[in-house]
Amino acid sequence: MNELPQQLVNGLLLGSMYGLVAIGYTMVYGIVQLINFAHGEIFMTGGFGALTVWLMLPGGTTLWLALPLMIIGAIIVAVTIAVGAERFAYRPLRGGPRLAPLITAIGLSLALQQAVWAWYPEAKSSRSFPEIPGGPYHLGPITIQTGDIFLLVAAPVSMAILGYFVMRTRTGRGMQATAQDPDTAKLMGINTDRIIVVAFALGAAFAAIGAVAYGLKYGEVQFRMGFLLGLKAFTAAVLGGIGNIYGAMIGGIALGVAETLAAAYISEIPGMQQLGGQSWANAWAFVLLILVLLFRPQGLLGERVADRA
Amino acid sequence: MRHRSLLIIASVVTTGALTLTACGSRDAKGSDSAGGGGTTVVIGVDAPLTGDLSALGLGIKNSVDLAVKQANEKGYVKGVTFEINALDDQAQPSSGQQNATKLVADKNVLGVVGPLNSSVAESMQKVFDDAKLVQVSPANTSPSLSQGQNWNGGEKKRPFASYFRTATTDAIQGPFAAQYLVNTAKKKKVFLIDDKKTYGAGLAATFKAEYTKLGGTVAGEDHVDPETKDFSSVVTKIKSSGADVVYYGGEYPAAGPLSKQIKKAGAKIPLVGGDGIYSADFIKLSGKEGEGDLATSVGAPVETLPSAKDFVANYKKAGYKDRYEAYGGYSYDAAWAIIEAVKKLVDDNGGKLPDGARGKVIEAMKGVSFDGVTGKVSFDEFGDTTNKQLTVYQYKGGAWAPVKSGTLG
Repeated sequence: MNELPQQLVNGLLLGSMYGLVAIGYTMVYGIVQLINFAHGEIFMTGGFGALTVWLMLPGGTTLWLALPLMIIGAIIVAVTIAVGAERFAYRPLRGGPRLAPLITAIGLSLALQQAVWAWYPEAKSSRSFPEIPGGPYHLGPITIQTGDIFLLVAAPVSMAILGYFVMRTRTGRGMQATAQDPDTAKLMGINTDRIIVVAFALGAAFAAIGAVAYGLKYGEVQFRMGFLLGLKAFTAAVLGGIGNIYGAMIGGIALGVAETLAAAYISEIPGMQQLGGQSWANAWAFVLLILVLLFRPQGLLGERVADRA
Repeated sequence: MRHRSLLIIASVVTTGALTLTACGSRDAKGSDSAGGGGTTVVIGVDAPLTGDLSALGLGIKNSVDLAVKQANEKGYVKGVTFEINALDDQAQPSSGQQNATKLVADKNVLGVVGPLNSSVAESMQKVFDDAKLVQVSPANTSPSLSQGQNWNGGEKKRPFASYFRTATTDAIQGPFAAQYLVNTAKKKKVFLIDDKKTYGAGLAATFKAEYTKLGGTVAGEDHVDPETKDFSSVVTKIKSSGADVVYYGGEYPAAGPLSKQIKKAGAKIPLVGGDGIYSADFIKLSGKEGEGDLATSVGAPVETLPSAKDFVANYKKAGYKDRYEAYGGYSYDAAWAIIEAVKKLVDDNGGKLPDGARGKVIEAMKGVSFDGVTGKVSFDEFGDTTNKQLTVYQYKGGAWAPVKSGTLG
C-alpha cells in the first residue's frame, strides 16, 4: 500500500485533464442543451495548434519562452474551430429536433479527425511534442514529473478564472441568465447568440489548455487523442452534474482517481485478478458512471439551475 | 425530462462508441502496371495503412508493390501481368474480414499478402480457406494460427491449409528473449505486461514460461489497454516492484509511451519487447528515455544480409515515401512466394493459367523454395517458414542496432 500516495497523485493529474476538457461539454450543455461530441476533437486540434507554433519557432527556442506562445496558438486554433462549428454546423439546426445537432456533432468529430489525419504533415501516426527538461522531483513517496507541473498549475488557475468570469462579469451573468431561461434572457436584452458563441469559445480555450498539458505530459499528440479522452471528459461532466462547471472539475478528478485506483488495486482483491489491471480501467470508469447515475441521477454536484452556466 | 432522455441516448452512444473505435475502410488501389495483354493476376494486400500501426502497414504494401513491379519488369512469368490491390484493415479484425471477402470476390486475386496483426488474421483465415485463396502473412507470429489452439500442449494441428507465413512464431520469439535476458544480460527479475491481444498475450506467455524455467522471477504482471496513453498506475506498480527489466507483449503505439513513462518516473530499467516494438516509431515515441530498450525480431537484420542488398537498393530507387520497416523483406518474400507458385502453375500448364487456379496455388506453395531477401524461403507442414532466425536489437544512439542473432538454443 506504500504506493497509494503516488497512485492518488496519478489519478489527480489524469482527472485534472479530464476536468479541463469536461468544462467545454458542461458549459455548452448548460446553455444550449447540446452534447457537443466534437469537443474531444476540438481538444485534439488545440494540441496540433500548439505543435504548429512550436515547429514555426526557430530551433533552440527554450520551452519557457515558447510555452505561452504555444498556449496562445492552441487556444486560437481550438476557439476558431469551435466557433466555426457553432456558426456553420450547430446554429442552422437550433430549434430543430434535438437529435439533429447530436448527430451533427458526431459527424463533425469524425470529419475533424480525418481532416487532421489527411492534411497535417506526418500526422498519420503520433507526432512528438516538446517536453520540459529536468525532473523528476521527489516529494516524500511521491514523484512528480516536469510535464505534470504545468497541469498542476493550469487546472486550478483555469478554474479560478472561469469561476470569476461566470460569477462576476457581465457576460458571465448573461450566461447564467441564458442558461436559466433563454427566452426571458433575450427579452431582458441579452444577446443570446453571442452568449452561446462565448460558451463554445470558452470551452474550446480550456480544452486547448488541456491539450497542451496532454502534449507536455505524454510527449506526443495524435489525431485520435481526442476520441477516448473526449468520451472520458463527457463522462466526467455527467458524473459531476452536467451543466455545472465546478461539477465538471470534481467529476473529472473523481473519474481519474477512481480509474487509477481500480487499475492499481482491484487485481489485489482475491478472486478479482481477471478484472484488474490497467486494461480494465475504462470499464471501471463506466461502472462508476452507471452507479452514480443510478443513485444520484443529477450527478455529484447536481445540475442546479442557479449554478448552471 | 426531455433533457434526461437526451442524456441517456448520449450515454448509450458513448458506451457504444467506445467499443467501435473508428471503423470504416478506405480502398487504396495500388499503382497499376500498364501490362501488355495476357492474363492479369492480382496479389491482394491487407495491412493497417492508416492509424497507429500504419508505419508497418505501409512498409508491407510498398514491399509487395516492389515485388510485383520487378516481376513485371523482368517478365518473370510469361504472359502474366501482376497487379496489387492493397486494402486497409486499420488493425481491426472486423475490417480485415470485410477486406478478405472483397479480395475473395475478385476472381483475378490468386494470393494475398497480410495481415500484420495476428488478431486480424484470425478473422480472415476461414474466409480465405473457404475460397481456397492462399494467404501469406509477413508478420503474424501467433503460433495458433498455423498450429492450432493446442500447439503448446504438444498436439499440433494445422487449422487452415491456405494459411502460410514468412515470419517466425512467438513460440520461439518469446523464449529467445527470455534466454537473452537471463543468460546474456543477467536480468532476473521481470515485470510482465501485455495488451491482451492475440499477439501480445501469446508473446508474454511464451516468454514467461521460458523465463521462469531458466530461473528468473516474475515481480509482477499487468495488462494495459493500448488505446490509452496514461500508464501512470502501472508505472507506479513497476517502480515499487523492484523489477530490473520490463517485458512488454504488444506493439509500439503503447510500448513507446509506456517506456518513456517508466523512465520518467525514475525507474531506469529497460523495456523489452518482440517484433511489434521493433520499429522506428518506437524510437520516436519513447524519445531519448527509451535508450537501452531491447526488441527481438524475426530473421537476421535485413541490412546485414547479402541477399537483401538488392532489395534495399531497389526499394530506395523506387522512391517510396515510407520505410520498409520490420516486415518489408518478409513481405517481399511473401509476395515472391506467390509469384513463384503462379509461375509453376503457368509453366506446368503450357504457358497458360489453369482453371481453378486458386486451389492449385495452395498446392504449389508447398513446393516453393527460393533464396529470398530474408534467406531461404520455404514452408513446413504447418505453413510456417523454415527460416527460424531471430535477432535481439537494442535502441542505441537514436536507432535500433543488432546485438545478437541466432536460432533458439
